[in-house]
Amino acid sequence: MAAPEERGRSAFQWPDPPDPDKYSACVHCGLCLEACPTYQELGLEDQSPRGRVYLIRAAAEGRLPLDGALVDPVFRCLDCRACETVCPSGVRVGALIEEARGQVFAARPARGGPGRLQRLILRKIFPYPGRLRFLARLGRWYQRSGLRRLVRAAGLLRLLPPHLREMEAVLPDIPARTSREQLPPRWPAEGTRRGRVALLTGCVMDVLFAGTNVATARVLARNGFDVVTPSGQTCCGALHVHAGDRETAKTMARRNIDVFLSEDVDAIVVNAAGCGSALKEYGELLRADSLYREKAERFSRMVRDISEFLAEAGFEPPKGRIDARITYHDACHHCHAQGIRRQPRELLRRIPGLELIEMPDSERCCGSAGIYNLTHPELAGPLLDRKMADVPEGVEAIVTGNPGCMLQIMVGVHRTGTSRKVLHTVDVLDAAYRAEVETT
Amino acid sequence: MRRDASHRKMIEDLERILGPGRVLSDPLRLLAYECDGYTVQKGRPSAVVFPGSTEEVAAVVRYLHRHRIPFVPRGAGTGLSGGATALNGEVVISLVRMNRILHIDYENRYAIVEPGVVNRKLSERTASRGYYYAPDPSSQQACTIGGNVGENAGGPHCLKYGVTTHHVLALEWVLPDGEVALVGGPNGDDIGYDLRGLVIGSEGTLGIVTRIWVRLLKKPAGVRTVLALFDTVEDASRAVSEVISRGIVPGALEMMDRLAIRAVEAGAYPVGYPEDIEAVLLLELDGPEEGLEEQAREAVDVCRRRRVRDVRVASGEAERALWWNNRKTAFGAMGNLSPDYLVQDGVIPRSALPEVLARIAEISRDSGLRIANVFHAGDGNLHPLILFDSRNPGETERAVETGSRVLQVCADVGGSITGEHGVGLEKINEMAKIFSPRDLDYQMKIREVWNPEELCNPGKIFPRPARCIDRQPPLGRPASVPV
Repeated sequence: MAAPEERGRSAFQWPDPPDPDKYSACVHCGLCLEACPTYQELGLEDQSPRGRVYLIRAAAEGRLPLDGALVDPVFRCLDCRACETVCPSGVRVGALIEEARGQVFAARPARGGPGRLQRLILRKIFPYPGRLRFLARLGRWYQRSGLRRLVRAAGLLRLLPPHLREMEAVLPDIPARTSREQLPPRWPAEGTRRGRVALLTGCVMDVLFAGTNVATARVLARNGFDVVTPSGQTCCGALHVHAGDRETAKTMARRNIDVFLSEDVDAIVVNAAGCGSALKEYGELLRADSLYREKAERFSRMVRDISEFLAEAGFEPPKGRIDARITYHDACHHCHAQGIRRQPRELLRRIPGLELIEMPDSERCCGSAGIYNLTHPELAGPLLDRKMADVPEGVEAIVTGNPGCMLQIMVGVHRTGTSRKVLHTVDVLDAAYRAEVETT
Repeated sequence: MRRDASHRKMIEDLERILGPGRVLSDPLRLLAYECDGYTVQKGRPSAVVFPGSTEEVAAVVRYLHRHRIPFVPRGAGTGLSGGATALNGEVVISLVRMNRILHIDYENRYAIVEPGVVNRKLSERTASRGYYYAPDPSSQQACTIGGNVGENAGGPHCLKYGVTTHHVLALEWVLPDGEVALVGGPNGDDIGYDLRGLVIGSEGTLGIVTRIWVRLLKKPAGVRTVLALFDTVEDASRAVSEVISRGIVPGALEMMDRLAIRAVEAGAYPVGYPEDIEAVLLLELDGPEEGLEEQAREAVDVCRRRRVRDVRVASGEAERALWWNNRKTAFGAMGNLSPDYLVQDGVIPRSALPEVLARIAEISRDSGLRIANVFHAGDGNLHPLILFDSRNPGETERAVETGSRVLQVCADVGGSITGEHGVGLEKINEMAKIFSPRDLDYQMKIREVWNPEELCNPGKIFPRPARCIDRQPPLGRPASVPV
């Protein structure tokens, strides 16, 4: 018979702890094991989905303190949610991990440089688009003023750990203007007006991939939608939720909810998988907030990924040709978190001339996982190598729908020394539409 | 204090044998190794070691044997009877890092694998050449072939193709004292005693297998999968009996009852079964294309005559895969209905199914615990899943007792207490339902040949005499069985 378990005070003493309904759904069957990239890599039960859920439950039951044995597995999780795709009982492992990280974040005062720096960035930079823009300008100045050349020539980059050095090497040229500066408050629909949508510009997308944001608005307008870009919007908070800073995330969520719900739109469109799933989970994040819960749920129901939106609403197949062979990588927060697999492929397959060659295991995480590639290079590195090894020969571009994956795969391309491009799905679609104009 | 010191020494010694990073000993990190897929009984190992080769397994076992330290082999930990649980703080020897497919011989149709190879990986690896590994336990996406050997695992398609033992040609075997032996041979028949057969299904009590020669089968040229929905379990059971009695040999023949259907439909692969259906029958025919169509028609015809509500043949591979994924996740999907479950593994004569299910329903009402049923209908292997909530005081005990009553029903109708999940910890006390003390004694004598001190996976399969008498027999002496 089962020995009575020693049960003490729950290790989760802060608000918003891991939800008992979520962890008690796990029956410990283990079907998730092989789906988990960290288990595949390490072969350790405590670094597997069911192991992590088991530890979270043990901590809630007071059998495990909020310490290394829990903290390390919980933070070494990629939050890629591949386990959720295969779980027969629908255990929401990602949400449990995020809730557990919230407890760690609340319990542990930031010690040491990296912790403080992370908190500073999360709390003092991301919530403020202006500050982010300032940093982007600084980055652009670094890239263009000759400072970068100087730093590289002086070998100063050798002071950085290898994974940061690689990231510096591949960082795309930062555009002169952010997408928020480029996009008009309202971009009118072309032709027959079919509706009105609001666009989330995000943070990384806004400063690093401004062109993709503009392309998204152009593609939407091309398909008959007015596109509004509310100026009061802020970062979605996904990075905060991943890091455990749930309170900052909630503040930002409330702000986005107020800003977007005050617009009269049919949908809130987003082109980053990570942001999209964070927005769709605002209802979950604010479930204990009596003032915002209902609004948050309404907001979440309106959120659509750009590929999802176009596939649902219908889109005009582009007539412009793009003669290229490409492959597609499923961002975890597309396939596992939102169930988006078919839609981006539908868009790509309608482009004349474009040949989509599937890569094996396209749903396996590339190792980006938010800022995981910065915090856990020892695991992110091998995952990236596996991803690059899966890229079929002869493709000219790797297409995906998430900025984190794009940056990570750019590192991968750099590492393998090929000249492949890394593109967002919308970039390709937009290029096909623009090719129409050129051919006519 | 002494124990702490000896424990520390053991960890140091094991680290010396295996090298750094291959021994887990922090008690908090060991928490995740408290149980396998059977969660009713738990025990935290004193250490988990991760050997990477036969030599390392043998070295670890030799060391543990020399110091009389008990140990438990473990694969993926998906077992359902507690076979890999270190109930009394044994050292767990994890084989997950021995996960290489060492050799594939397509000409002679066999492969050599390490024990940590995941079952499905072997089929995936050989698929492009048109081959596969036949035993397909429902956990095949995660379970290891080493674990399959330990449990002599079955699966839906074992109806036609046989269980693990029919597909293992030879084994490299580390004995409980650390000696290494090779049993069986890649060319089949063995001269002398079939030790290979003895090791398979011994649940880790006779040693640890470190290399496995397995048969590869050519994928059948044709497959027809028939799905039939019935309004009564009785009609479905009669359809099963009739299909078999007509001489049709399906590759697999599976049934789920209403509660099981509810669980899988809430799971990762919903098919869209009507909510009020009482039984789903999944029947698969495979083999050469010729004649398959006819057999499928005949099976459909049998179902129609048994008042089937809806019956159809899978339109293609995608639909077939969905139906199978739905069925194969049935156990794991119980979490949709209940925080805990206990699965039984009874075997009954097919014809007794309606009666057995009626009696199980009675037991369910009586115990106040819901019971879902998944049934390998073709070979009479019944999996009643008893749903309970361990957080409610006394409910775990009630579930165990309910399971025992269900197994008694199976034994009463001339069946058995386990078809494929093994005895492990879970069914130790049920062994007496089908074996006399004399029978058990003979079996334990076999264990004593190689594992006389019960260092290798102690306390599994057989009831311990120590439970019934005051004093434990001194180590090294043959255990006796209370009469």
